[in-house]
Formats: sequence, structure tokens, C-alpha cells
Amino acid sequence: MAHPGPSPSHRAPFERTWVLREQRDSIESLQADVGRALNDFGYGEACTFAVRLALEEALVNGFRHGNKGDTTKSVTVRCHVDAGLMQLEVQDEGEGFNPETVPDPTAEENIEIPSGRGIMLMRAYMTSVEYVPPGNCLRITYRRA
Amino acid sequence: MSAHGPIRISNEPECTRIEFTEKHVIDEVVIRQIGNELTKLVDASPRPRLVVSFTGVEHLSSAALGTLLTVMNRVRAKDGQLRLCDIAPQILQIFEITKLNKVLRIEKDLAAAKASLGGAA
Repeated sequence: MAHPGPSPSHRAPFERTWVLREQRDSIESLQADVGRALNDFGYGEACTFAVRLALEEALVNGFRHGNKGDTTKSVTVRCHVDAGLMQLEVQDEGEGFNPETVPDPTAEENIEIPSGRGIMLMRAYMTSVEYVPPGNCLRITYRRA
Repeated sequence: MSAHGPIRISNEPECTRIEFTEKHVIDEVVIRQIGNELTKLVDASPRPRLVVSFTGVEHLSSAALGTLLTVMNRVRAKDGQLRLCDIAPQILQIFEITKLNKVLRIEKDLAAAKASLGGAA
């Protein structure tokens, strides 16, 4: 009989760092690794959905806005998962920015503008979303209720 | 019916039905491709009537929302109609959080979407 693994509360934290170029395969591989870690610690489907969405938005922002589409630049992702929380740091090679400058996409004057909803979605699904000064590192945290 | 990579297009009497062939609509390159295909459809019709079905879609990014808004604006400019339908609860929540459920017309299913289309095809 296969020996069962440690229960989520006794399992060693999942810690990993990736350095990514903008390639779909590597992003999907990262997403799969994070999804497996969440599953190992017993996080549910709703959490996995939320983290996938937040991570996707963070990566797109890092590549598109941080690195300005420069394919020679990378985005570094650090991930920590334990029984109580999941934390991701997504750092690009840009100069950083102030998220307060992003207009509210739900305001009447902005509602039909096609862009500007990534940060809002991350904030809606995660426990906290912080830009670490100078603003090129995004820290997103999901705490288990 | 024709499949154009990430979307499947069916010409029906009441409308043109669009379905996604991928369950994750998140890759920017794919989303751009979807936008291009939908733009071609809108441009090819004097008064487009599009129903976008989200059957099978499990993930959606903000870039996909942006593409839908762009398509909506083009459809509206031609006095056409756009409906979204068959949206799973977790995806519907994305529309609600961003309040795009107030801008994009969302119907429960394909039948309701077709029934909501006004005017002659």
C-alpha cells in the first residue's frame, strides 16, 4: 500500500523561484506547479482559480508594462505556499510604477475602455496585492480563511 | 461551421454563433487572434448579430475582457447586436467584479441569447 503523504499542516512549505521569458510553455508550466502546490496543501478549486487568474494578470503586466515587451528581459516569480497562505512575488526589469495612477475601470467614463482591469481583478480575488518599492515587484497574498 | 484556431464560428439563421475551442482564454497571442477573427466577422456584415457562447470556458483574463469590449464597440458602430451566453459562475463573477455585466449583454443560454436579438437577421 502506498504510504500517504504528510497532512497539509505538517507538510514542508513549497518554495520555488522561476526566471521566465515571455513564452507560453514556461508560463503554463509555472501555473501547473503552483496549482499542484495549492492542491497538495488542500486549497480548493476557488482558490486555484483565483491564484491562476491573479498570476496570469501579474505576469502579463510584468512582461507588457514592466519590461515593455522587451523579449530579452525576464520576469522573476518567487512562490511560497504553506497550509495557511500562498504568496507570490512577481518582479520585472522595469522602472516600476505607481498603481494609484491606474484609473478606476468601473467608473462610468472608463467602463468601455478595453484595458486597465488586471490590477482590479487581482485585488478582488487575493487577500492583498502590494507593489514593493520602486514598484516593479508585485506581492500577491492569498490567506486561507 | 468553421473553426478558426481558438474559436469556432457557426452561421445560424438568427445569428452568428461563436464558441471557444480552448478552456483557458488567457494567452495574449490567442486573444489577439480571437479579436482579429471577430473583427473580420463584424466587418463582413452590414449589421452583425453575434452570440458568443462561453460553454467550456474555465478561465478568462482581463485581456479577453478588453477584446470583448472592442468587439462590442465595433458591433455597436454598425448598429448590430452582441450577446454573451452560457457563462460559468466563476467566469460570470469576473464580469460582475469589473461591472462589465452592465455593459455587455449577458444571457443565460444560447436559446435566451437568440430570443433576445431584435430585428430581422
